[in-house]
Amino acid sequence: MSGLFAQVLNGLQYGLLLFLISSGLTLVFGVMGVINLAHGSLFMIGAYLAFVIARWSGSLWLALPAAIAGGILFGALLERTLFRRFRTREHLDQVLLTFALILLFEEARSMLLGNDFHSVPVPAALDFSVPVTADFAYSAYRLAVLALCVLVAALMFLALERTRMGSAVRAAAEKPEMVELLGLDARRIHTLVFALGTALAMLAGALAAPLQSVYPGMGDKFLIISFVVVVVGGVGSVAGAFWGALLIGLVDTLGKAYLPELAGLAVYMLMAAVLLWRPSGLFARGA
Amino acid sequence: MSALAAEGLTRRFGGLTAVDDVSITLAIGELHAVIGPNGAGKSTLVNLLAGELRPSAGRIWLGREEVTAWPSWRRALAGIGRSFQRSNVMRGMTVLENVRLAAQAGEFPLRRWLRPAAREHGPLRAARGALTRVGLREAEERVAGTLSHGELRLLEIAMALAMRPTVLLLDEPLAGLGPEEGERVAALLRQLARDHALLLIEHDMDVVFAVADRLTVMVEGRVLERGTPAEIRASPAVREAYLGQGA
Amino acid sequence: MVVAGRAGHALLALAAAGIATMPLWASHYHLQLASTALVAAMFALSLQLLVGAGGMVSLGHAAFFGIGAYAIHLLPPGLSVLATLPAAAALAGLAAAVVGALSLRTRGFFFLMTTLAFGQMLFFVFHDTPLGGGKDGVFVTRPALELFGLVLEVPRRSRPAVMLWLNLGLLVLMYAGLALLMRTLFGRALLGIRANEDRMRALGYNTRRVKLAAFVAAGMLAGVAGHMQAMTEAFVNPELLGWHRSAEGLLMILLGGLGALHGPILGAFAFIGLAEAGTLITERQRLVVGLVILAAVLALPGGLAGLRLPRRERRQPAPAAVEAARP
Repeated sequence: MSGLFAQVLNGLQYGLLLFLISSGLTLVFGVMGVINLAHGSLFMIGAYLAFVIARWSGSLWLALPAAIAGGILFGALLERTLFRRFRTREHLDQVLLTFALILLFEEARSMLLGNDFHSVPVPAALDFSVPVTADFAYSAYRLAVLALCVLVAALMFLALERTRMGSAVRAAAEKPEMVELLGLDARRIHTLVFALGTALAMLAGALAAPLQSVYPGMGDKFLIISFVVVVVGGVGSVAGAFWGALLIGLVDTLGKAYLPELAGLAVYMLMAAVLLWRPSGLFARGA
Repeated sequence: MSALAAEGLTRRFGGLTAVDDVSITLAIGELHAVIGPNGAGKSTLVNLLAGELRPSAGRIWLGREEVTAWPSWRRALAGIGRSFQRSNVMRGMTVLENVRLAAQAGEFPLRRWLRPAAREHGPLRAARGALTRVGLREAEERVAGTLSHGELRLLEIAMALAMRPTVLLLDEPLAGLGPEEGERVAALLRQLARDHALLLIEHDMDVVFAVADRLTVMVEGRVLERGTPAEIRASPAVREAYLGQGA
Repeated sequence: MVVAGRAGHALLALAAAGIATMPLWASHYHLQLASTALVAAMFALSLQLLVGAGGMVSLGHAAFFGIGAYAIHLLPPGLSVLATLPAAAALAGLAAAVVGALSLRTRGFFFLMTTLAFGQMLFFVFHDTPLGGGKDGVFVTRPALELFGLVLEVPRRSRPAVMLWLNLGLLVLMYAGLALLMRTLFGRALLGIRANEDRMRALGYNTRRVKLAAFVAAGMLAGVAGHMQAMTEAFVNPELLGWHRSAEGLLMILLGGLGALHGPILGAFAFIGLAEAGTLITERQRLVVGLVILAAVLALPGGLAGLRLPRRERRQPAPAAVEAARP
């Protein structure tokens, strides 16, 4: 029983990390109409940033604000220099441009930090287990990640629902032409959304670094699983990404734990089922 | 017998009811015009009849067959031809190629997929015939994207005609046409109504009252009034709700 | 998408003849390199049926290439190529039918994501399960060159030449077949769907069925290309199915020109040539490929075919694929 409990917690925590990644992906597509295949690389960059900072300062704590601040700056820079110009290009061009970015990011990573696997230590303050029930304890770091992700998700929903900028972003994600109708500055919204998406992906990378090793090509795995999240949840909707991410996180974790012969196929079967049943996504509005 | 009939058609978008309990019948030999102010749900009605949208409630029959659940392509094959309010063509292809694709749709069963297109003379003749009818024959080699707005409207009609439909749903075919072209299209509409069941959506009241056999007036998704042009002209409700607005 | 005219085909034929004479003057290494380019050209050409003709940008196409390659590993060794090649095409086509039936319920960005995800799923099947011999790949026995009971024994020395001719012959066949296909009613309908799918539906075309047929046909051709890859290299690994290869296929199409059927062939040769030249200068192939893509996307929207085709042949303006690719 406690085994199942642990797996469910693992699944939720994995799902929440996926939410940080896929919410940026879905917002960038919804608002800007841009497909960013390099979104997974941003996650990788966050993880490597955490690795470098942890090695240098001896602790992960500095890495989190650095990932957020660095992500905002880096995202704004990417949007201003490249993505802005590719907003109106065909999907094929966007695919290839962002594929080129993946290759260049990977090459830069290889030049600067080599091709080895690295591990990042869990921060000492959280390197213990919390007794959850009488016979079951759970890693404090994982609980902290869970809590932090919930906090970020809550802040995000609050910002989207309660602020003027947030409602502009929501409007833009549902109907891009709305932005101009409402007399909003589309360029500012684009920069903001892209910068935030980058920061969230990098934060997710930094948080995930101690949970798994940091390795070349780690972005690919998360990119593809985020795509599955977006397809399952429904594109352009942050709520869809949230529920989709939790569902995928749980299905993947429980699937691997209890049906190991299926390997990682469970999530793809879920996606196939969703495509058959509701091709526009489980949590998309209307149909 | 009616060629196309709809009963209790309703379509809701979120909280908005664009088409609300509309029934309509179209018969061959009759030109049925639907008028109403902007946002009355006229285009939504056409999209429901053509199968572009699924109704939230209501049923549709084509001849004796219920087609409510049919996708648009199947209804098109069964005889519903339509034109779009905003010109909607294959812009990178020539005018002739556009109309030929329309003419070929009916002759595209699986076993004919691999036939060389150049040997298909029937659709080519049908396409040229439709182009001649709307007066675009001269422009057949031009790329559709380079046509003027008026010419695109004519191409829309030619494409609908080339499908050899029994029911024609024309959504503002005259919008943006010059007076000369408009007159020619109006005459064409009269001619088409002889052997088609024709639904016309049009804003130009002079044209509508000149060509229509029957009129349906829609306001806010509902049918306000229905009758011959003379009856509609005399209806106080229509006057108040619609014609009274300076038209 | 246009098919080259008479002059264009004469040039292509000349190039093919030139490649066919390579065994007379080129080294084994260069024969193998040319075979690599020919296989890449087959793969890119199969993808062009989806992207250039059908407007479907797929990131999962390499999965069918890889399945075609693994077919040789899955089938009993010693079979004739006349059996393995159709079997590879059939296996790849079967996978494409399943993936296509699901993915084509979506369009645009969604289609891209679903094809990528299903492609990676197939990648994991060969990467993580014993079916494909593991993640490091496995050597395969080349199918026999057997024709109606006559077995052609190829000495080791002349194998690169024989493989080159075989690959060249198949590429020419594939190109000719696709050029003919584009002239059929099906080809016209597919081009119409690429130009404006909604309108084609309203005209009475069951567009999903047409697109699925194109998807399966493209998958089968990718399977043929994959089979030839495995036969040329006598080795298969899961990377053959990986989505990076799909992206490379798209790059070849973009390099060669989205608007012409022969574009991907030019693009494949350009890509293999550039990658080869890149490895001569630097070990960092990714850097070279990445920069080439950036340059191509930023500076060469019409592709190589756009540079070469005389203007009068380009009846259509630069592909209006923005409409085609939007969801």
